[in-house]
Amino acid sequence: MTASLLNDYNPLTDEMVQVLSPEGEVVRPELMPNWSNEQIKEAYATMVFLRMADTKISKLQRQGRCGTYASIEGQEACQIGSGLMLDKKDWVFPAFRELGISYVHGMPLDTFLVYWMGNEWGSNHSACVAPPSIPVGSHMLHAAGYAWAMKMQKKSHITISYFGDGATSEGDFYEALNFAGVFKIPTILFCQNNQWAISIPRSRQTAAKTLAQKAIAAGIPGIQVDGMDLFAVAAVTKFAVERARNGEGATLIEAVAYRFGNHTTSDEAKKYRDPAEIEQWRPRDPMIRLQKYLEKKGLWTAAWEEELQAAAEPKIAEAVEKAENHPVQTPAEIFDYMFETLPPALVEQKTYLQSFYPEAH
Amino acid sequence: MATQTIASALNQALHQEMAADERVIIMGEDVGRDGGVFRITDKLIDVYGEERVIDTPLAEAGILGTAIGLAMAGMRPVVEMQFDGFVYPAFDQLISHAARMRNRSRGMLSCPLVLRFPYGGGVRALEHHSEAMEALYMHIPGIKVVTPATPYDAKGLLISAIRDPDPVVFMEPKRLYRSLKEDVPEESYTVELGKARVMVEGKDVTVVSWGSMIPTALKVQGALAAEGVSVEVIDLRSITPLDREAVTQSVTKTGRCVILQEGPRTGGVAAEISALINENCLFSLQAPVERVTGFDIIMPLLKGEDLYIPEERRLTAGIRKVLG
Ligand SMILES: Cc1ncc(C[n+]2csc(CCOP(=O)(O)OP(=O)(O)O)c2C)c(N)n1
Ligand SMILES: [Mg+2]
Repeated sequence: MTASLLNDYNPLTDEMVQVLSPEGEVVRPELMPNWSNEQIKEAYATMVFLRMADTKISKLQRQGRCGTYASIEGQEACQIGSGLMLDKKDWVFPAFRELGISYVHGMPLDTFLVYWMGNEWGSNHSACVAPPSIPVGSHMLHAAGYAWAMKMQKKSHITISYFGDGATSEGDFYEALNFAGVFKIPTILFCQNNQWAISIPRSRQTAAKTLAQKAIAAGIPGIQVDGMDLFAVAAVTKFAVERARNGEGATLIEAVAYRFGNHTTSDEAKKYRDPAEIEQWRPRDPMIRLQKYLEKKGLWTAAWEEELQAAAEPKIAEAVEKAENHPVQTPAEIFDYMFETLPPALVEQKTYLQSFYPEAH
Repeated sequence: MATQTIASALNQALHQEMAADERVIIMGEDVGRDGGVFRITDKLIDVYGEERVIDTPLAEAGILGTAIGLAMAGMRPVVEMQFDGFVYPAFDQLISHAARMRNRSRGMLSCPLVLRFPYGGGVRALEHHSEAMEALYMHIPGIKVVTPATPYDAKGLLISAIRDPDPVVFMEPKRLYRSLKEDVPEESYTVELGKARVMVEGKDVTVVSWGSMIPTALKVQGALAAEGVSVEVIDLRSITPLDREAVTQSVTKTGRCVILQEGPRTGGVAAEISALINENCLFSLQAPVERVTGFDIIMPLLKGEDLYIPEERRLTAGIRKVLG
């Protein structure tokens, strides 16, 4: 049981759980997930795919083909590593920077794109992924509530919410931790500490030494993990998942990562962030790190990398095309989902709007 | 005089008030080094330093709640919320405390703060970034609500809001931030809160609007003028206090009124204006008062937002309806 090794973890010692060093060496073999080489290669392939998709979406935004987009570059290990530990029936509650977990948890890329291109149909799909939550820090409570229902209904599913370092300053975050603790709710609060909340550095959000320490006062375990280390994220998430499924309640995970890009496509980080800082973090890049590991084991070659990229490109292009061919919004549909049954005043407003768009019927 | 946009006029107002009164401080998310996501507080930190231009933790209730205490103790906080959709975590502080401090202490305490934020759609933003919910604020007793539609008014109203002894919600029409330019005096000046402005005089019909919808009203006024229809356009500028005289005088003169509002229809500012007209000008009316508004639906994501925001065709149809 690798996960139980984390039972003794104490957030006050400021330890950051790491399994794979930036040099690609396994430093804590006892925490290594028991994945086959093929599984690890597949995780790497997913990382390559997601980084290319992520870059593509930002590019689409610049071409006016997509709305504002928040890149995950640097946070791939957080989202893939945790996602691989979930059951597909567990529910994911994302914030707004969650291409990775959304995709890994079963959302097709084209559906994801429909949302970011500005259409509500992108949140209508069969994966157990809730719609993005744009108001920072608000949705960890929903994840707690959903998991609470699983407990009431005696189901084995758990929930996990993803949010940033900035979100830990919102009152709702503390309320989610607190409810999760009081009611022993099977939820995981997965904080991706990417060091920045737009222009505000992590040090300005709290005087606490780590974010994981915030779990202490709620009476639940908090673990800080290297969020750019796929294996460590997997190990820590496994620990939290098992606790939740065993009826032991919630866990707060602080995954230490870095936002390599701008906050979103509407942001210009060079206004407030020294570009030298990016270079300091680059050696810890989750993709480079995993690549080093695989290479040492003879599992990575430049030719394979090329193959992966060549395979990803048409898949991404196809998803973009599919999303762009999604039907345009009609005047009717912006009304039709307000309530199960449309009240008369809304029927009237809808008919009025439709009269301006006779071609849309 | 120099040509300004609403954005640059607001920035200038903040500069001048900070220079004039050291009690004035700026608080909010990304207002310092970043200068605010719309750059309204740009470079203030270079002049007034981190002590007066304060990048806060990401916590709206925390920002407004501490601003209330700061204001009670004699500071003049100008709080920025990043978007209209992110004021809500601070609503408890706004309604339960900022609005009530003066009354509950029978005038011993007060809350001279400004809560400013961008509002309205039309900038292709994400969910919660595009709504016009001024009616929520209008309904709160104890706060003033202001929204400029021109660079001149933006500067003068913001300076008035900062100097006002009571809490002022200052709503900035974000799609107009950089779309309009006009000459604005270099020196500091005020525009009185609670005073509407007749933007264009006319005699056939009154169009009442405010903030983000004013350019639409002016465009339609211009187009109809070419047809010989004389439209009077009133910009409310302040939602609270409402300039009742400006509205009733105009409608008494024209006998017809269309109210143009971006936000949802039910319980909106337009409904309040309509009630005001019914109470004061009923016998001057030649036609029922018409509201051209947003709908009682969630603001669609960007692909659908043009369907939501009242466009010129809708206003024109409304005006034709009251003209009979
Ligand atoms: C309640 C609320 N306030 C402000 C914003 C504007 N905003 C969007 S993202 C962001 C920073 C979020 O930082 P963090 O939680 O660290 O997440 P990250 O963007 O780094 O993933 C802010 C202030 C918002 N979306 N919601
Ligand atoms: Mg962050």
